[in-house]
Order: sequence, then structure tokens, then C-alpha cells
Amino acid sequence: MNWLDTIVQGVLLGGLYALFAAGLSLVFGIMRLVNLAHGDLIVLAAFLVLLLVTTLGLSPFVAAVIAMPVMFALGWVLQFGLLNRTLGNDILPPLLVTFGLSIVIQNALLEGFSADSRRISAGGLETASLQLGPISVGTMPLLTFLSAVAVIVGLNLLFYRTALGRAFRATSDDRETAGLMGIQPNRVFATATGLAMVVVTIAALYLGMRANFDPTMGPARLIYAFEAVIIGGLGSFWGTLAGGVIIGVAQTVGASINPEWQILAGHIAFLLVLLIWPRGLFPRAVD
Amino acid sequence: MALLETRKLTAFYRDFQALFGVDIRLEEGETLAIIGANGAGKTTLLRSLSGLITNQPGHILLDGRPIGAMPAPDVVAQGIAMVPEGRKLFPSLTVEENLQIGAYGRSGSGTWTLGTVYDLFPVLKERRNSPGTALSGGQQQMVAIGRALMSNPRVLLCDEISLGLAPVVIKDIYAAFPRIREAGASIIIVEQDIGQALKVADRVYCMMEGRITLSGMPGAISRDDIHAAYFGAHAR
Ligand SMILES: Nc1ncnc2c1ncn2[C@@H]1O[C@H](COP(=O)(O)OP(=O)(O)OP(=O)(O)O)[C@@H](O)[C@H]1O
Ligand SMILES: [Mg+2]
Repeated sequence: MNWLDTIVQGVLLGGLYALFAAGLSLVFGIMRLVNLAHGDLIVLAAFLVLLLVTTLGLSPFVAAVIAMPVMFALGWVLQFGLLNRTLGNDILPPLLVTFGLSIVIQNALLEGFSADSRRISAGGLETASLQLGPISVGTMPLLTFLSAVAVIVGLNLLFYRTALGRAFRATSDDRETAGLMGIQPNRVFATATGLAMVVVTIAALYLGMRANFDPTMGPARLIYAFEAVIIGGLGSFWGTLAGGVIIGVAQTVGASINPEWQILAGHIAFLLVLLIWPRGLFPRAVD
Repeated sequence: MALLETRKLTAFYRDFQALFGVDIRLEEGETLAIIGANGAGKTTLLRSLSGLITNQPGHILLDGRPIGAMPAPDVVAQGIAMVPEGRKLFPSLTVEENLQIGAYGRSGSGTWTLGTVYDLFPVLKERRNSPGTALSGGQQQMVAIGRALMSNPRVLLCDEISLGLAPVVIKDIYAAFPRIREAGASIIIVEQDIGQALKVADRVYCMMEGRITLSGMPGAISRDDIHAAYFGAHAR
């Protein structure tokens, strides 16, 4: 077994998990909303990209760019019309409503696309690889990882360098005082969820090109996303990337010892990190 | 017509009534002080004016137009900014970002920019990249005032800005008020410190148990009047 190779594959796999998790991290960081339908929204976006690819004959990357504003709008309306009403001191309503939403999305997708598993064709990119020194890396995993890094860098810039990011942080700190600044918290939250859905579309693109997907696989993706967010520390984007990488590496190392251990190893790594750092690796100072 | 006016303003926290028909008038360019004992309803009055509490539309008039039912973000856009009780700086934001966010709902242009706020409170410029909450109490209060000014308000509401501060620090902060007035803001301050209130205000209202019990020019009202208005006639 080549350890270097195993670790590199794990890091790259972590990029995919970080993409699953980044939107969740954004939404949780701003409004403390745990969206149990996040995985299903990724699958929904994957079907949207698939639909655009098959009906319009587009490249998946172009299809994803077209899907982004559609998903943004969906996220905006979902937050403004539904999820905002569930926010409050009680954490139960958002959990119940997004759990229900998860079931609705799964059933709607089953109705619309059947239970067959699908794949988005990337025209040969799936099997391409690059030789980087002693190791060979798949082009697709590399592209996934670079996209994840780009998303994390982008979210950090947005959050810490723009007026919208200031409004996100201020609203997250104190909704009422944010209102005194002229900020409309409900619109800020809707914009945040819209942006999260743009990230979800990127995650969906790679999910759909790298593996088969079907309408019911959302919750399984949600678990990896959750673990990555929690390992990283709630509200930290770089932490989310680190969390994804830790799960990815644990999985590839586990699998290289015994293929049946892949999934289990990821979950064990999650538990170990939490035992040592209960608040995650990079918890935000203010909570 | 008054710039800002309340007419028989009532306010409630669920079933609990906190204001019982409050009438105040703020003229253009004027500084009002509102004094009163703990629980008199001063904060409730400012929260009503700033839109944090929803009232009957016609109970609050700005330029004669009803704004009583307007939510806070819209009220800021109409030119009313508040320095809230307890300062309420955003802990995730630096000093400079706290100031910048004050301009989020700005409707027009005016005197106040980052540069002029730093001229008003030079110490904030030195601390611009610190988290707002890392500053001393007095400096935090300056950030809270600067943040409200960044919207270039026509009306500035200040809730107990001297609370918990040393006398020298209070003096520093009130030294900024003449310049805030010159820049065109009309001001309502709520103060526990009666001496301070009488010094800066053109007119004073005294509140007790959700009602206005006394109003007048600082020179024209006596200590006894204030004492009675504060605690009720029986306390005299
Ligand atoms: N959130 C609230 N819920 C219920 N009652 C409240 C609330 N806030 C204030 N009150 C009540 O309303 C009345 C007026 O309170 P308010 O805070 O306006 O007084 P204040 O004059 O600002 O007092 P202080 O000088 O202590 O700041 C008090 O009886 C208070 O107990
Ligand atoms: Mg008060």
C-alpha cells in the first residue's frame, strides 16, 4: 500500500465532503438553522443539472452555471416564505420543518424521475488522470478539491470583506440591533440560503459526475456534511474544509486496510475529533 | 409642524401596558432630554420611536406623517437612528465594521462618514481593527454613537449613554454633542444623570410610570418640581 497515494486520495475526497458541507456551514453560521433537507437539496440540484444536460445537450459545467440562479431563487423563496417562520428560541420547529421538507423533496423526485440511479456524463473527464510526481491523481477528484478550496475562499471573502458579509455577521450576532442599522433580517437570511443553494449546485455537479445518484440518497450525504461542519467548528469555513479532509482521509485509510471499513473509519474519526475537541477544530470565538 | 411628535402614544409588552398616552414634540434642531426613575418607560418610548416596538400608526408622526407601525429598518431609512441602551455593538465586527454597518440603511448623504466620525472620536481610528467589544466602556459608547451617526440621521435617539461610565469619560462623550447638533441632527437623550440632562437639553420631559409628568426648559423647572415628577407628589 502506498501511504502517500492513500492520503492524497483522501484529501481530494475531502474536497467533495467540504462542498457538501459548505452551504450547511454558511446557513448554520448565520442563522443557527440546521437544515435537515440539505442533502436532498443537493440531490435536487443534481437532477436539475442532469435535466439541463440531457434536454439541452449542454456540458455539465454550463448546465451548473445555469442551474445556479435557479437554485438561488429556490433557496431565497424557501427561506423567506417558509424557514424564516420557524426561526426563534425553540430549535425544534426548524428541525421538524426541514425534516418534512426532506421527505417532500425525496418523494417529488421519485415521482418525477423514478427510483433509478442516474449519472451526469462528463464526457471522459471521469476517467482522466494526471501524474503528479510519484502519484497519479484523477482529474475529477482534483477538480472537485480545487472547487472546494475556491468555494471556501469565496465564502470567506464574502463573509469578511463585503458589506453583505458584514450584514450576515451583524444579523447573526443580534437581529434586533441589525434592524436598527436598516438591515432586514428576513431578507438577509433569504440571501444567505440563496447563496448556500449556489454552493449546493456546485456540490451537486460533482456528486452527479462522480457517482450514481438517486432520489433517496440525500440523507447519507447530509451525514458527511454534518460531520465536516462539526469537526471544523461551527461557523468556520476553513474548519469545514478541514473537517471534510479529515473524514476523506479517514475513509481512504480505512478502506486501504479493509474495504469494508471505509464508511466506519470516517465516522470513527468524527467521534475521535469530538472527544478531543468538543467544539470542533476552529470554533468561532463569539457564540 | 414638529419634526417628530407622539400623540397619545401607548405601548405594550404583551398584556403589560408600559406607556399611557405619551405626548412629546421634537422641533427641528432641538435637543430633548427625557428623565425618570427606573422603569418609568424611557427605553420603551425610544424603542417605540425607533420602530423596535410596533405602535398605532398615528401615535408617532415624522414631519406629520404617521410612522408608528413602521418596522425598525424602515424607520432608519426615514432618518431616525438609535444608540441603544447597553450599546449593543456587534461582537463579530471590528470597530470600523461596526461603524460601516451603521451606513447600511442610509437614505441620503450628509456630514457623517468614516472620516468625520474618526475626527469626532480620534481614539476610534487607532482602534479601528480591534473587535468592538475589546474597547473600554467609553470607547464602546463612542462606537455606538458613531455607528448611529453613519446613517446621517435627522433624529438621533440616545438611551443612557452615560450609564456605567466615569465622569471624565461622560464629559468627553458629551463634548461631541455640539458638533453632532451643528451637523444638523435633532437629538433625544434619555438620562439618569439629571445634571447632565439639564446641561445639554433645550427642553426636558420627566416620565413616571409610563406618563409624562413634567416638561419645560431646564432653567424654568426647579429641583422640587423634578423630585415630584420623578417619584410622585406624595414623596415630597
Ligand atoms: N421586554 C419587556 N417585557 C415586559 N415588560 C417590560 C419589558 N421591558 C420593559 N418592561 C417594563 O416596562 C416598564 C418600562 O420599562 P422601560 O425599560 O421602558 O423603563 P426605563 O425608564 O427605560 O427604565 P431604566 O431606567 O431602568 O432603563 C417597566 O415596568 C418594565 O418592567
Ligand atoms: Mg431604560
